[in-house]
Amino acid sequence: MSNDDSGRIQFKYKVLADDYNAVGSASSDAKNKLRAIGVPPDILRKVSICMYEGEINMVIHAKGGEITVNINPSCVEMILKDVGPGIKDVDKAMQAGYSTATDDVRNLGFGAGMGLPNMLKNSDSMHIDTEIGVGTTITMTVNL
Amino acid sequence: MRDSPEKDEFFHSVYVDKSRCNGCSHCLKFCPTEAIRIRSGKAHITDKFCIDCGECVRKCVRRAKRCSFDTLDILKKYEYAVAIPSHALYAQFNNLNDINIVATALLRLGFDNVSDIGIPKHFVDKAAAAYIAAHPEGRPYINSYCFTITRLIRVRFPNLVDHLLPIRQPMEVAAEIALDKAMRTTGLPREKIGIIHISPCPSTIAYAQSPLGVRRSEIDGNIAISYLYPKMLPIMNEIGSNPMRVFDLDRTKIGWIDSGGSNYNEVSDNRLTAEGLENVLKILEDLENDKYQDYDFIDLHACPGSCLGGALTVENPYVARERLRRLNKSIGSRISEADLGEVPEMYWNQKVEFNDVYRLGKTMKEGISLLSSVEMLKKRFPGFNCGSCGAPTCRALAEDIVRGNASVNDCIYIYRDTIHELADEIDRLSSEVKQLRSSNPDIGCLDALQKQIDQLWVEMLSLDVEFSRKSDLNEIKDIYQKD
Repeated sequence: MSNDDSGRIQFKYKVLADDYNAVGSASSDAKNKLRAIGVPPDILRKVSICMYEGEINMVIHAKGGEITVNINPSCVEMILKDVGPGIKDVDKAMQAGYSTATDDVRNLGFGAGMGLPNMLKNSDSMHIDTEIGVGTTITMTVNL
Repeated sequence: MRDSPEKDEFFHSVYVDKSRCNGCSHCLKFCPTEAIRIRSGKAHITDKFCIDCGECVRKCVRRAKRCSFDTLDILKKYEYAVAIPSHALYAQFNNLNDINIVATALLRLGFDNVSDIGIPKHFVDKAAAAYIAAHPEGRPYINSYCFTITRLIRVRFPNLVDHLLPIRQPMEVAAEIALDKAMRTTGLPREKIGIIHISPCPSTIAYAQSPLGVRRSEIDGNIAISYLYPKMLPIMNEIGSNPMRVFDLDRTKIGWIDSGGSNYNEVSDNRLTAEGLENVLKILEDLENDKYQDYDFIDLHACPGSCLGGALTVENPYVARERLRRLNKSIGSRISEADLGEVPEMYWNQKVEFNDVYRLGKTMKEGISLLSSVEMLKKRFPGFNCGSCGAPTCRALAEDIVRGNASVNDCIYIYRDTIHELADEIDRLSSEVKQLRSSNPDIGCLDALQKQIDQLWVEMLSLDVEFSRKSDLNEIKDIYQKD
């Protein structure tokens, strides 16, 4: 957590692998903080959905990772970084309904294939940086 | 309808009886909105955060958390008083097979008439179903007849305020129907008629005083079921099986307040039902993340057992649920739409707006600065959430400090560290005086000063937890006596 007087602040969250009980806790905490600061409800909703979907992906597919949220006067930036298997086919992954989730995961109610499309829909910019066997970093911004 | 010209936006039924409260801090953790603090040794409820759920009332070991409600004395204010019992009232009595016995008892207690809430609930459900069908784009819709849920959404879930069904609560609709009938049959003016709800919970009591969705409630008073129950029992025993026929038993439906039975919900089959605030909070969080989009209707109840589990009921909610189920079997709900009469006003006449009570600062820049202070302060605390500072969590204390309502030394761990530092200071002072004494043996007052400082130092050490385990102050002195 760090800030200077120019209206910026950062928080970091660790997302644990296979932690289905806590899934959503990082995005929930971030949402509470953003609401306390006074971020308008419509922007709050977009950030919350982007983070929530990204967080679930990190638990389901990527064995966890780290989320960094940067707030500055013009936008909210979310950096979701994992050391998981990487995304084999980004274009396919962005298709609504496509999912590589295992049966176990689907039985829990996840893996509908809407995560990445929802993130794209609710963010003002989204960038996916992925390498097979190394990991994935997704950076999203929502304008204020 | 209350006389107060300015509606108190955050009127509460729940309050602290300070004569019974000893500041034990047990209640702090159970409040779902972190509204309780201990100040000057007594519990204190923050008006803006309290949603009258009654959880603290249930949990207080010393019965210091109470609900304010009207007593039968309120009947003296009105020439004509109509009782509107929550259906929870019927479920409090063992072996009740005729709700007219309850109604007759109410008449004997001084009410002039008793009005049923079942038909109004039927209207509400039909209006809700029609609204959902006419506005499918706003799905899923959340029920608005648990006032605690409405208040919760209003202060914590800005994106869900527009998902509340903008339809009046059954007891409000019942009040208006009863009022209309009373004015027509008695010819009395409004102020001489009292519409009194018999209530299972503090939430309905708070609603009548400061409603949401309607500018003013037609409910003039709220009497707690737990207060009325012992008064009714002997009367009901007397009535036995010969009650007056107050309710036309073919024309009512009861049991609607039990959310468990699908028979009782005419709003939608495509619904999700949840009871208990912990469960409700999870669902509301998920709703804000766009989950449950395929449901028409989200039926949320603050209390386990729905209204049957309200803090002002007497009977176990699950026993009560069974009783209502059986009672409903003996009531022929052969209602035709023609029998129902004119449909009253069903919709809200006032929008419910998000009220940002948890906000830090007036601008985002100020908010960021304050939030940063909160996080830095939080790091200084041990994170035990022990409640000794009077706040439920270390983070809540940090926020209280930033809001100007508490200080860092409220944390007993920081307080203890402060005492350590003071003890060190005194030790240094003691050494300086010793030096002065040895270079100025003739100055007698230095001896006295030395003694006082040493005594002070020993007493400060005894405040330190580790040393206070040694019961003998002399033992401490022996260890630490220097020359």
